[in-house]
Amino acid sequence: MSGAAADTPAEPAAVRARGLRKAFGAQVALDGIDLDLPAGTFLTLVGPNGAGKTTLLRMLAGLSRPSGGELRVLGVVPGPSAAALRARVGLVSHESQLYADLSADENLRFFASLYGVPDPEERIDAALAQVELRARRGDPVRVFSRGMTQRLSIARALLHEPSLLLFDEPTTGLDDRAVGIMVDLLAELHDGARTLILTTHRLDVGLRVADRVAVQARGRIVHEAEAGAIDPASFAGLYASLTEGRA
Amino acid sequence: MSGVAGRAARVSFGGAMLAVMRKDLALEWRTREIFSATVVFAALVLLTINFSFDPGQRAVEQMASGILWVAFVFAGMLGLGRSFVAERENACLDALALSPADPGAIFLGKAAANLIFLAVTEAIVLPLFAVLFNFPMGRAVPGLVLPLALGSVGFVGAGTLFAAISTQTRMREVMLPLLLLPVSVPVLIASVRLTGTALAGRALAESLPWIGLLVLCDALFLVAGTLLFGHLLED
Amino acid sequence: MTETGSRVQDRMDAILRKVRNVTTPLAGFGLIAAAYFIVGYAPEEAQQGIVQKIFYGHVASAWASYLCFFITFVSSGLYLWKRDRAWDLLALSAAEVGVVFCTAVLLSGPFWGKPIWGTWWTWDARLTTTLILWLIYVGYLLLRPFAGEGERGARFAAVVGIIGFLDIPLIHLSVRWWRTLHPQPIVMNARGPQLPPEMLTTLLVTLVAFTLLAVSFIAIRAEIERLRDLAAVLRRRALREG
Repeated sequence: MSGAAADTPAEPAAVRARGLRKAFGAQVALDGIDLDLPAGTFLTLVGPNGAGKTTLLRMLAGLSRPSGGELRVLGVVPGPSAAALRARVGLVSHESQLYADLSADENLRFFASLYGVPDPEERIDAALAQVELRARRGDPVRVFSRGMTQRLSIARALLHEPSLLLFDEPTTGLDDRAVGIMVDLLAELHDGARTLILTTHRLDVGLRVADRVAVQARGRIVHEAEAGAIDPASFAGLYASLTEGRA
Repeated sequence: MSGVAGRAARVSFGGAMLAVMRKDLALEWRTREIFSATVVFAALVLLTINFSFDPGQRAVEQMASGILWVAFVFAGMLGLGRSFVAERENACLDALALSPADPGAIFLGKAAANLIFLAVTEAIVLPLFAVLFNFPMGRAVPGLVLPLALGSVGFVGAGTLFAAISTQTRMREVMLPLLLLPVSVPVLIASVRLTGTALAGRALAESLPWIGLLVLCDALFLVAGTLLFGHLLED
Repeated sequence: MTETGSRVQDRMDAILRKVRNVTTPLAGFGLIAAAYFIVGYAPEEAQQGIVQKIFYGHVASAWASYLCFFITFVSSGLYLWKRDRAWDLLALSAAEVGVVFCTAVLLSGPFWGKPIWGTWWTWDARLTTTLILWLIYVGYLLLRPFAGEGERGARFAAVVGIIGFLDIPLIHLSVRWWRTLHPQPIVMNARGPQLPPEMLTTLLVTLVAFTLLAVSFIAIRAEIERLRDLAAVLRRRALREG
């Protein structure tokens, strides 16, 4: 049973990818991704548009099927039949994935039932508290600011307590204050047990929260380093040279 | 609250289906978008047919089931088109696909909600038709239940699947009728026949083959939709 | 595995090339033979005269279009299962060729029908079914560009390719039953088992020729699509290497 994996001493890697490809005819989105991510790590993935970052996250979340290579997420091969895996992964994207005409509460209630969350009231309360939206739970999402919507989106992704949490450009369209709140939230979520992957344009945000940083370009991981070992000034130059002649 | 595994988070097929259906009903209750659009549109179809053909009493009796189904189909198509707009708006389709729920359950949940919307539209169009065309409906109503139910299930089954496709394309208003109408020809022919039989006050037993055909259509679209819906969510 | 495709794609390339090499010349000979049989061998039908000869091409086109749609159905299923572009190429090519033959049926119908039935169009069960099929598969072809470049169009089209084909028997049944309740035009009796042996032979020759033609068209069409993919790869590489 994959659900018991977290209790066994030899915990499988959160992500293990070998030569991961996504292609359709001539269009190649991923061109041989190799990635190892131990459980509990926070990885930031940076790279230019079209590098295939979104495709990679969608693949980890089981929304996209690899056309080649090997992939194991939390020790399981993702796919249509891996429902138990989907119950352990969360994805927050730059789109809110919320129903604008339903209230915050109704949205969370729906997703809690879709995930079969055992104690929905308690979980919804906790998730709303974590993103500081408890006071606005009855308001329709339509009236929320971009920052609030994005926080609610995170609450939605936290409902089922995923072991792997993916963030696809969550800071897009946020002002500096909202980005600050988001960074604090990300740091809070990085509790050592949960694995997090963040894709972003903003190197500063990425470097601040992550343990590791990977650069993706033209469908490949072209550079990987510990966040602590990175000097922001020289990294910007390295980044520019790695992603030159964008995909 | 620690990030370790989602404990026993598990959702049954029926549970997911009900959740999706209830969510769609709640959304519709909030906005009443589909309801107002389809009912007004159906009334306009009836009006247009009346002006275009100016049918006499005899003609109305012959054409009644056809007129009704033209109104159901065009109004229904409007509602089906709307049913995935909210899913597309903020990439909610991704959220549905991300969940552990079976895609087939999501399909059936959406189809069930669409069936309810169409049934409500039909319940309003029927008396409206009776009044506008001066058609004595009264005694025929119980006999109408089966033809309308069987026909609506097939139409909504195919319609929900093709609406999921067309909302994810450009020109989605054009794409839905283009895909849906030719495929639903057997449903439409059989429904018009059966409804005609019921309106004429004859026993449906004499149209057993049509009932069989409709059941086959319903089964095809529901089963195919349940099995194929996942492919529309996941690339 | 090449840079541009999968092992399945490589094998399909090889098979399609072989199929094309074999069927194209055979289809050529077949068509010449069919033309000879239709013009020189088959007797002129007593009542309908020369127009009846449209019948051979008409029926053979209908058969070819059904064959194509069946190939689309099978490849669509395989595409959804394996998600390999090779199957999508085949499904798309067969659907396009199928629509061409379907169009031929719809155009030849009236030319034959007008002198015989006195009308350009009749809601005959077979002709009506063909029209509905034509509409379904034109929708299939329109869906691809509207769904955007790439795999999304392939996925959506595959769903239509599967449902459309499974729907055929239901369409045929419903249209036939519906027709029996309408006044029938003078339906000709040339089809069916009472066909004179010379006509039957001619029909069989035409059927074989059109089958070969359809298969050769599909192979050629798939190759063109494949070359487009390759051209796109080369263009990308040229751009990247500046």
